[in-house]
Amino acid sequence: MSVALSPRAADPRLCGILKLAVMAVGGQGGGVLTDWIEEVARADGYAVQATSVAGVAQRTGATIYYVEMAPLGDRAPVFSLLPAAGDVDILIAAELMEAGRAILRGFVTPDRTTLIASTHRALAVSEKTLPGDGIANAEEVLAAAAIAAQRTIVFDMERIAVESGTVISASLFGALAGSGALPFPRAAFEAAIRGSGRGVEASLRAFARAYDAAQTDAAPPEAKPAKPAATAPRGTSKLVGQWAALTAAAQTLPAPVQAMALAGLRKVVDFQDIAYGREYLDRLATVQRADSAAQGWRLTQEAAKYIANAMAYDDVIRVADLKTRAPRLGRIRTEMGATDATLLQVTEFLHPRAEEIVGLLPSGLGARIEANPARMARIDRRFGKGRRLRSDSLWAFAQLYVLGGLRGWRRHTLRHKVEQQHLGAWLAAALAHMPDRYDLAVEVIRTRRLIKGYSDTHSRGLSKYDRVMAGITLVAARDDAADWACRLREAALMDEAGAALDGALMTIKSFA
Amino acid sequence: MAERSFTQEVGKLRLGAGETFTGEGILAITKALLENGVGYVGGYQGAPISHLMDVLADAEDILADLGVRYEANASEAAATAMLAASVHYPIRGAVTYKGPVGVNVGSDALANLASSGVTGGALVIVGEDYGEGSSIMQERSHAFAMKSQVWLMDPRPNLPSITQAVGQGFALSEASNTPVMLMVRIRSCHVTGTFQTRDNQRPALTVKDALANPRSDFNRVVLPPMSFVQEQDKVKNRWPAAQRFIRENGLNERFGPAAAPVGIVLQGGMYNGVIRALQRLGLADLHGESEVPLYILNVTYPLVPEEFLDFCAGKDAVLVIEEGQPEFLEQAFAAMLYRAGHTIRLHGKDVLPMAGEYTGQVMLDGIEGFLRKAAPGYLPAQRRAPNAEAAPIPDLSRTVPIRPPGFCTGCPERPIFAALKMVQGELGKHQIAGDIGCHLFACLPPFEIGGSTMGYGLGPASNAAFDGGGEKRSVSILGDGGFWHNGLSSSIGNAVFNNSDSVTVIVDNFYSAATGGQDVMSSRADNRSKSTKHPISQALKGVGVGWVRQIDRTYDVPKMLATLREALTTDYKGPKVIVASSECMLNKQRRERPLRNQAIRDGRRVEAPRFGVDEDICTGDHACIRLSGCPSLSLKRLDDPLRDDPVASIDQSCVGCGNCGEVADAAVLCPSFYRADVVHNPGAWERRRAGWRAGIIGWLQQRRQRGRLDFSASVAGGGQA
Repeated sequence: MSVALSPRAADPRLCGILKLAVMAVGGQGGGVLTDWIEEVARADGYAVQATSVAGVAQRTGATIYYVEMAPLGDRAPVFSLLPAAGDVDILIAAELMEAGRAILRGFVTPDRTTLIASTHRALAVSEKTLPGDGIANAEEVLAAAAIAAQRTIVFDMERIAVESGTVISASLFGALAGSGALPFPRAAFEAAIRGSGRGVEASLRAFARAYDAAQTDAAPPEAKPAKPAATAPRGTSKLVGQWAALTAAAQTLPAPVQAMALAGLRKVVDFQDIAYGREYLDRLATVQRADSAAQGWRLTQEAAKYIANAMAYDDVIRVADLKTRAPRLGRIRTEMGATDATLLQVTEFLHPRAEEIVGLLPSGLGARIEANPARMARIDRRFGKGRRLRSDSLWAFAQLYVLGGLRGWRRHTLRHKVEQQHLGAWLAAALAHMPDRYDLAVEVIRTRRLIKGYSDTHSRGLSKYDRVMAGITLVAARDDAADWACRLREAALMDEAGAALDGALMTIKSFA
Repeated sequence: MAERSFTQEVGKLRLGAGETFTGEGILAITKALLENGVGYVGGYQGAPISHLMDVLADAEDILADLGVRYEANASEAAATAMLAASVHYPIRGAVTYKGPVGVNVGSDALANLASSGVTGGALVIVGEDYGEGSSIMQERSHAFAMKSQVWLMDPRPNLPSITQAVGQGFALSEASNTPVMLMVRIRSCHVTGTFQTRDNQRPALTVKDALANPRSDFNRVVLPPMSFVQEQDKVKNRWPAAQRFIRENGLNERFGPAAAPVGIVLQGGMYNGVIRALQRLGLADLHGESEVPLYILNVTYPLVPEEFLDFCAGKDAVLVIEEGQPEFLEQAFAAMLYRAGHTIRLHGKDVLPMAGEYTGQVMLDGIEGFLRKAAPGYLPAQRRAPNAEAAPIPDLSRTVPIRPPGFCTGCPERPIFAALKMVQGELGKHQIAGDIGCHLFACLPPFEIGGSTMGYGLGPASNAAFDGGGEKRSVSILGDGGFWHNGLSSSIGNAVFNNSDSVTVIVDNFYSAATGGQDVMSSRADNRSKSTKHPISQALKGVGVGWVRQIDRTYDVPKMLATLREALTTDYKGPKVIVASSECMLNKQRRERPLRNQAIRDGRRVEAPRFGVDEDICTGDHACIRLSGCPSLSLKRLDDPLRDDPVASIDQSCVGCGNCGEVADAAVLCPSFYRADVVHNPGAWERRRAGWRAGIIGWLQQRRQRGRLDFSASVAGGGQA
């Protein structure tokens, strides 16, 4: 039988092997980073081996680079070509969810792994396409990282790179150097960057900032200025006085409601005028009268949010108004990095349909036209086409400016009438559940979230809203009606066509 | 390869005797070909061997000096067929492609070549695309070697070993008159390292010499009765000759102690993974000195029974480490042992998984499992009785989103599929077949267009069953790479022949983009050594397609949409082909960005476009993203308590391709998008005019602002101050 050799501990020289994996998103420059790491190691007398899986499979997808190194001896070490779970010393994640993926794959373990991760997000397609909020939970990944890693160095390395005018490979490299996880001096890292010869200065800037951040274990402060302090809006003394009166009235609302009510007030006054603000507060007061302190004023708080959104609907006038305001141009200039030495041309992409145009007409006339499909089709043919407006040119600006100036006319439009009716019906539907079905009333208020977008998207939102409201009617008498209402709303936000919502409605119909 | 230069890599091909090469595996193989007197080289690009083709394409001077012919072949079949030059002439030839897909395509020629037999060494360098990072079906090239009697090498994955295998492969091929496949896995192709170079060798006989002195011999032609003789020759002469060569020249290796109760037999490519597992078990040192005997098959076909039985002698159990399925080696070894009346225990796929890549954990578990069964004394104490479980790490499997590959920022294929998605919105879902190439990403969200891929250039052919037409028409996608590879004849020509009532969209991005941006016949670039600029639409008309629509700017979504609508609804019977042409953005940026930056530095007028989203107009429905999926079009959360859902946002990586604006227009989405063109170095007159305009606009804005409250400087809830 087998003559077993005596078991022994692992070769102590094996501890000399450093295993480093880079998890990145295709296109982030992981190859450059790997080249630099190899360069540093080789220059410092290490045997080093790197592998990657380049190819079409990594285009914008998750990808991995792997490096092993050991002090050079008279014989070559044998390195592995791929990382193994539980056997990685340094894990560099070029994006937060890639750090999560590394943890998931077992490449980050408490006994050995230094995790160097950028906290910024490059959203995956699945996170972006939901009609609602599909963004993955970053906190869960950060919490898991704190448990899984022996040591973590996490900050926004993408921001440092962008602010330095380069790509994230440079700041990741800086963080790696600053972490001290590799036994090489800072100068050796910088020499590797210089040796690559392209965009050296910007790369060194990002490297240095990330190096310092890793050393101090603190992210460098944001370069952008702090938010302006809360101040009153500017305007004529008459308007400011009227605004003060409105805010004073808002401050008589229950304390938990005030912040939301002030935000809502601001939105509707900005949308229309002071009188519109008063209407808002009146509506809110109606809700408040039905509400009670015993429930923490949750209904009024939710109503403060959604009434404001419903009142500040997205019509042509609002879009034109927002597109012609002065601060917008400044924001675009900053975002585009335009300087005084450059000019900025802005092209708007507008595609009004007959519905939007008729919505601007007086409510009676508009309603008559809308009821006539042939006339609607004619209007659509005449006006309903894609328009590209150079809003930095006088003619295009003037068109938008005139449209945006129709605020005084807005209350007479068909769209306004439709919106007012819808709003009234919605609030009435919610308040009908009071006082006995408080939670359900809150959920009905929240259902307003489904109405958003323009054109077809808006119609689809309305249709989902209608279906959810119909579903709520079916379950209204049940004890768990509020849960179902919430479930229906969440389902409606899962996909564009409303397949998840249809599924949920089927379930309801099966027992209701 | 107009957009990339491989000058640095070409320099490495010039290294001479006693120098050290440092770089990637596939480039090292390229160098080794030249050192071994190769007379001609060809192949078809694809990960992981594209680099070999790319570098040789740029190495014309070196190749001309050496008298080496280089050909960018039309397909893997064409590449393999080129090895015919080694049938009658003692010229070493090498071709490369990815496996197993390339071997599939090349197998017709490979079978003929194998039957004819070769005089000069014929080498097929197969980049085996298996395991993580692979973009193809998971199979093994091994079966092709077995069925055609072609030898298969699988050297240890380090640069000295794989470069040595090149020379050994040529010699083995010549000693046994048989073509040899040299298999290198995806990571071995991209592994970095060093090896000592030798001088490049001129071929003893160049292809030009051969052409001047032609030879032929009908005994080499695959026709009866010679084909029967060739089969006998394979098994009676070539096979034993190969086994003899392998044994006498020590192509396979044995490491570790001579006498031990157990041993491990492995494919050469598995060596580093096996050593790592042994290192982790305390059974091998840093340099790979193993306490368990190892028999390393650098040649995995043919096997050499004498070597294997000798290795098994005196052992109780042996483990076969063989990645992929089925277990060809293990079966062959089992037969050898049975025939020899051996009682040794054979392990393999019982302790290792039948399918999938042998990752670090799999290898560790497999070898540990084997030792636990066969020789537990080898295992360190803690492995025999594991300590307490470590603290649990939170499960992130429901948190971390999958991130499959997709279209790059600004990809010209995006608007094509946005239009296809919209046209299906109008006319209903259609039967759509995909093909091989970047465009296959369209089958993933957000587009979900196309439900199959059957092979390169076979997209339209794979819809043939539906091409009789009916209430709706079938749609197929074909790339320019696939079109020239095989599509023109198999897919398009035959659709004409069969009067197919079908719609085909040819995605023409000026390159074989998915494989790294190589030029194809219809590329628009000037190429020093190749003839480019042959329009696809002309080829279509040439084979008799009567309905061809050429679109020269795929970003024109309304036009794309109208053309698709027309193709799907026209009365025209017979194949309808839309050629949608716009340059691959990756390559375009590679070429244009440096030029643009230089122009800005030189003070010339440059317009730099980028898109943006008005965040207060965007309502957070994300309909635009469902028609895009662009990496630069993302989401951000606003600091506004009134907003529930994140709004669209475009980051600085946007290249201003125009898709966002076009889609917002064509799909009537929303007015939030704008394009901002930053004009660098504007002229004096332009600047003055812009100043006047800005003055008037500013005055109008102030005029309006006077009539209302300005909240822009305050924050939400600002009234409390």
